Amino acid sequence: MVKTNPKAVLTGTHKLNGGQACAEGALAAGCRFLSAYPISPSIGVIKRYTERAKDVDAVFIQMEDEISVLSAVLGASWAGKRAMTVTSGPGLSLMMEHLGLGVMLETPCVIVDFQRRGPSEGIPNAPSSGDIMQARWGSHGDYEIIAFCPNSAQEMFSLTIDAFNMSEKYRTPVLVLSDEFLAKKVEQVIIPKASEIEFIPRKHFTGAKNKYLPFDFDKDLVPPMVNAGEGYKFHITGLTHDKRGYPVMNEQTQEWNVHRLVRKIRNEVDNITKVEENQIADADIAILSYGSLSRTANKVVEKVRKEGKKVGNLRLITVWPFPDKRIRELSKKIKTFIVPEMNYGQVYLEVQRCNYGNAEIKFIEYKNKDLQNPEPIVDVIKDLAK
Amino acid sequence: MKEIKHPMDFYLRMDRIPHIWCPGCGIGLVASAFVAAMEKAKLDEEKVSVVSGIGCTGRFAGYIKLDSFHTTHGRAIPFATGLKLANPELKVVVVSGDGDLVSIGGNHLIHAARRNIDMTVVCVNNFIYAMTGGQVAPTTPLTAYTTTSPYGNFEPPSNIPQIVEAAGAVYVARWTALHIRRLTNSIYEALNKPGFSFVEVISPCAQYYSRINRLGDGLDMMKFYHENSVIKHGESTDNLHIDYQKEIIVGKFVDRERPTYIESYKKWLGK
Repeated sequence: MVKTNPKAVLTGTHKLNGGQACAEGALAAGCRFLSAYPISPSIGVIKRYTERAKDVDAVFIQMEDEISVLSAVLGASWAGKRAMTVTSGPGLSLMMEHLGLGVMLETPCVIVDFQRRGPSEGIPNAPSSGDIMQARWGSHGDYEIIAFCPNSAQEMFSLTIDAFNMSEKYRTPVLVLSDEFLAKKVEQVIIPKASEIEFIPRKHFTGAKNKYLPFDFDKDLVPPMVNAGEGYKFHITGLTHDKRGYPVMNEQTQEWNVHRLVRKIRNEVDNITKVEENQIADADIAILSYGSLSRTANKVVEKVRKEGKKVGNLRLITVWPFPDKRIRELSKKIKTFIVPEMNYGQVYLEVQRCNYGNAEIKFIEYKNKDLQNPEPIVDVIKDLAK
Repeated sequence: MKEIKHPMDFYLRMDRIPHIWCPGCGIGLVASAFVAAMEKAKLDEEKVSVVSGIGCTGRFAGYIKLDSFHTTHGRAIPFATGLKLANPELKVVVVSGDGDLVSIGGNHLIHAARRNIDMTVVCVNNFIYAMTGGQVAPTTPLTAYTTTSPYGNFEPPSNIPQIVEAAGAVYVARWTALHIRRLTNSIYEALNKPGFSFVEVISPCAQYYSRINRLGDGLDMMKFYHENSVIKHGESTDNLHIDYQKEIIVGKFVDRERPTYIESYKKWLGK
């Protein structure tokens, strides 16, 4: 079992950048297949992973583009490997085709996106959170997605592991939405003992070889999986399909197949979504933050609390599925949400949706140079007090 | 009464028959040749994966009773690459059409051949996008009519064997759907060849290609292949261009050795 390979888990305290920490997280999670196409600022992961590949019998292949990258990742996952890719905005755009196939074939895999300024080539060496909505809606058709937003090198390690576990548990692609700042930020990373790392195995079908139906799901709406080469001789297709995996293109099967894919995530929203609350209990003003900017938001809370202002920070650890319920509850208790983002308003719109007109919502567009500067948020808080 | 099964049924998903292919189509013949080659090759069929893209030939995987994957348009080769690298014990076969492999998937075709990934690619070339109603393809011969070249095609077509040889394929052959025995043998050889092996099959599309060009039905196309195909083993792939209703050179053109991707990868790992 991959988990027991001691070389895969470098237990101890390290100084790593976010990219390196992500690679270590992937290896610790049992990921043994990485495919990627060179793109700034994702190279740190690839470099670390390829250096470590020999130690743990992992496979890396640099494909010809990001389209083939995710296709190869899906193939590797069906051959039984935990598989991932890393990229940035322009690459994520090319991956949308196979994000859809991954959802449709219910293929566990992890996509790490180091967000940079866009659209198009944008600014490769500047952090952003401009891919939040693409992660959710980028591929065509209806689907649900799981996406994590780490805010430190430590979380690049731990949330990459969580991403693998969620992707295996729900049989769906999972995204880690990082950014250019975290890719390069060197910080202390504590890697626990292998035995302390959670490992959710793939739900594996063990019945008779002629009895396997690829999409015959259990109560949790997740069907057990088999690997290519195990003798089940299964068929799967990206077309709307029945439980045998055969294409059946009618409204009934669409409902049975695709609506279930949506429901298998929606039914589990409370178990998937994770938020971190910093002094929210008595707050009048809640900063709603995620990713790198949540660090700045915590600094703001620390600063303004000293001045007696009741401000807290609600940080999204998973941005998808969105924690609708918590935000709705909170909107009834507080006066103002402040939503700082490194884009022109993406999560802001989601907060509006969940707010039901209850609280006032202030959006702050954060520029790269201000990423670690609390002042833009502090200024808004001061204005609110006037 | 005892049910009698055809020996080919072993490799076919009989619960999916009847298939979707039109009368006169050549893809079914390729399926028979593939199954016959599988039988001859005596591979461990539990370790064989068939991957297809999208289109008429894209449906191939769906009728073959092996681990079979119907993926996205043009991306069967990268999907198969992932399967093979994640589990080198697998034998991976890609069966797809000309539009899928050479147009939208052209980049993947070139790079898989360059890397010499262990896989067999069977490309069914019917000169047209048939599933969507007969549009011009990168393989449509000059002057041929299609629904999107109503005044005759003026784009020079791809010479697929030349492309894959130049990219690095170790085995390249071409037959028509008429040459069922030779095609079977080529697929058999390709399955046994380490590295990237490629077999092109010129195949009739009676529904679109031959109808719009008034070339008759599937049988007429077969007669045309019979009268106009010339076997030239070892012919330079530079000479394999296909002109409209002119001779079609078939045969085995390339059979050479190069280190496969996995061999090289293991060497790099020191294993």
